[in-house]
Amino acid sequence: MTTRRFWVFIEQEEGKVHPVSWELLGVARMLASQVAAEAAAAGDVVAVEGVLLGDNVAHIAQEALYYGADRVYLFDDPVFAYYRNCPYYQTLATVSRKYSPEVFLIGATTLGRDLAGAVATSLHTGLTADCTGLEMGEVKGSVQRLLLATRPAFGGNIMATILCRSERPQMSSVRPRVFPMPERNPNAQGEIVREEVEATEESAMACVLEFIHSKGESVNIEYADVIVSGGRGLGTPDGLKLLQELADELGGVVGASRPLIDSGWISYAHQVGQSGRTVRPKLYIAAGISGALQHKVGMQNSDFIIAINSDPKAPIFDVADVGIVGDLYQVIPELLKQIRALKEATA
Amino acid sequence: MFHALVAVKQVPDTTNIRIDPDTGNLVREGVPAIMNPYDAHALAEAVRWKRQLGGKVTVVSMGPPSFISTLREAVELGADRGVLLTDRKFAGADTLATSYVLAETIKAIHEQDPIHLVFFGKQAIDGDTAQVGPGVAVRMGLPIVTYAVKIREVNLEEGRAVIERKTERWTEVVETSLPVLLTCEKEIAEIPFAPLPDLIRSLRYDPEMWTLEGPCPFALDQIGVKGSPTIVYKMGTPPLPQPGEKINARETGVEEAVKFALDKAAKAGIVQVILGGAR
Ligand SMILES: Cc1cc2nc3c(=O)[nH]c(=O)nc-3n(C[C@H](O)[C@H](O)[C@H](O)COP(=O)(O)OP(=O)(O)OC[C@H]3O[C@@H](n4cnc5c(N)ncnc54)[C@H](O)[C@@H]3O)c2cc1C
Ligand SMILES: Nc1ncnc2c1ncn2[C@@H]1O[C@H](COP(=O)(O)O)[C@@H](O)[C@H]1O
Repeated sequence: MTTRRFWVFIEQEEGKVHPVSWELLGVARMLASQVAAEAAAAGDVVAVEGVLLGDNVAHIAQEALYYGADRVYLFDDPVFAYYRNCPYYQTLATVSRKYSPEVFLIGATTLGRDLAGAVATSLHTGLTADCTGLEMGEVKGSVQRLLLATRPAFGGNIMATILCRSERPQMSSVRPRVFPMPERNPNAQGEIVREEVEATEESAMACVLEFIHSKGESVNIEYADVIVSGGRGLGTPDGLKLLQELADELGGVVGASRPLIDSGWISYAHQVGQSGRTVRPKLYIAAGISGALQHKVGMQNSDFIIAINSDPKAPIFDVADVGIVGDLYQVIPELLKQIRALKEATA
Repeated sequence: MFHALVAVKQVPDTTNIRIDPDTGNLVREGVPAIMNPYDAHALAEAVRWKRQLGGKVTVVSMGPPSFISTLREAVELGADRGVLLTDRKFAGADTLATSYVLAETIKAIHEQDPIHLVFFGKQAIDGDTAQVGPGVAVRMGLPIVTYAVKIREVNLEEGRAVIERKTERWTEVVETSLPVLLTCEKEIAEIPFAPLPDLIRSLRYDPEMWTLEGPCPFALDQIGVKGSPTIVYKMGTPPLPQPGEKINARETGVEEAVKFALDKAAKAGIVQVILGGAR
């Protein structure tokens, strides 16, 4: 009997978990269930497990159990007080050699992308970056199901499905918000395994002299419930004020297509799309955005999409739940008016 | 003497890539090949330090002979020496095999002529993987600074550098030992206009061609398709989503159109979202 382990790197900084970690526990659970029958027939066990590094982070290990991990390997030590490539990748490579996971998922955050390539190289295994689809599928010539990792290629024009036949673990990095957040179950049971820490300050090879927090409010569009996005159809940077007004009314944030970032109208943190952020708000309003593939891949998983575009043939309408063909400078003020009226009526 | 190495890749200009609407295939004809933009900015920064400290800049690239044009472009931008790893057997490499070939090459160059800074782009725009830089750092046992936006200090005597890197949350000021490998954002440096002598030199420049024959040895099972654990299983076009409902405000009037949209939203159960916003 062997245990087929589906691993997730639990990313945290300053004791705060990156929510993509929970999303990936949900994905790992889904993948594990896809091999459940095959494993049972072979007398194998399937497990979803987290790996967590940090300083004083046992409470996060507990949270990981609530989000679906059967087991968490915990490395709790001051050397992991903040992220550094060397001690992190060496620790992950070592623990991976110890337990031989079948699949290893890491969030494609700035931290995760720094880490994943180093871990995969150290383990001499395959890594597929920025996957948007994952599945354990049957592949000719393989007794067990393999991880089929799908990602956009060539600027998002093509979807490529990648697999790693013989090396283990099969590794993927996955962008935040591509997959839904699983339910948190505070009654879930599981095991926390404290691992011995071998990394030392000397082995870190780098030290951070200073953390500079950027001035001004930082937007986090990835986890916003409402996003009002504008594109080149705004015509002028002033149009963003109108979008901001609507976003404020809805308690949301402003997003943008890439040309607005390229022309310096708004900062990169607001960019939605393949080379920006992937979002899945409850409500996404796209105004003056044509709906290029590279934009759509970043927002098509939103719960409800309203598109406003003067061109009835704009491809954004293909992903919108409801589309308004019209001038955004007429439609948005009317939207504001009707939303305010709705609020009055229910107040 | 200061020595910087830059890994540059030639990529199709993805901003010009089109899909044939009839066949759904990629249209490659007429798509210009360019130096990966992040690599160009990394190179600009390497050259800036060379001009400041004296010394030289070497560029390496792995790819078919057509990559020569990109190495010439690198010389135009101020590189002194170009090495092209080219051999049929290198083809089909994934990021693991690519990092092997680049790491072995950089080690060989380092032995001839010690390197202080190894520059990579943040990512190559054709694959967007950002894996090769970290892979090479691991293979060479070098410290790595990803998402580098500024090099504050390079101290050759003390063998250390101070570099700023930008993450989602903050900017980190990192101190590392030399040599160090950086993967660079575009902000690292502006691309300057080439001085005339560099431009003239680049026109006739022939990079060194390194193959499996030498001068650097490679293990056959680590390169190309053989050295690549991942394979492309299938390619396809993205699935078509279900189109929603559309209303033309020019026909119904704006008020009616907006009412229609909000009504749909209400039916989909997102009224709470709309009402829940700040007042
Ligand atoms: C590798 C790569 C990565 C990319 N990454 C991204 C990315 O992450 N995010 C992204 O957004 N793009 C990305 N792009 C760019 C993308 O291909 C498109 O060029 C871009 O999304 C188009 O932006 P847009 O819709 O705002 O502009 P346009 O395509 O110019 O569309 C403007 C729209 O506004 C409409 N309009 C004009 N006036 C009005 C009006 N008064 N009222 C209503 N509608 C009006 C027009 O009908 C038109 O449909 C990427 C491209 C590549 C090659
Ligand atoms: N074939 C190659 N030749 C030289 N450098 C490369 C090659 N492939 C990748 N690189 C370098 O690795 C960086 C990251 O590439 P990637 O991991 O493919 O996104 C690029 O910006 C280049 O600096």
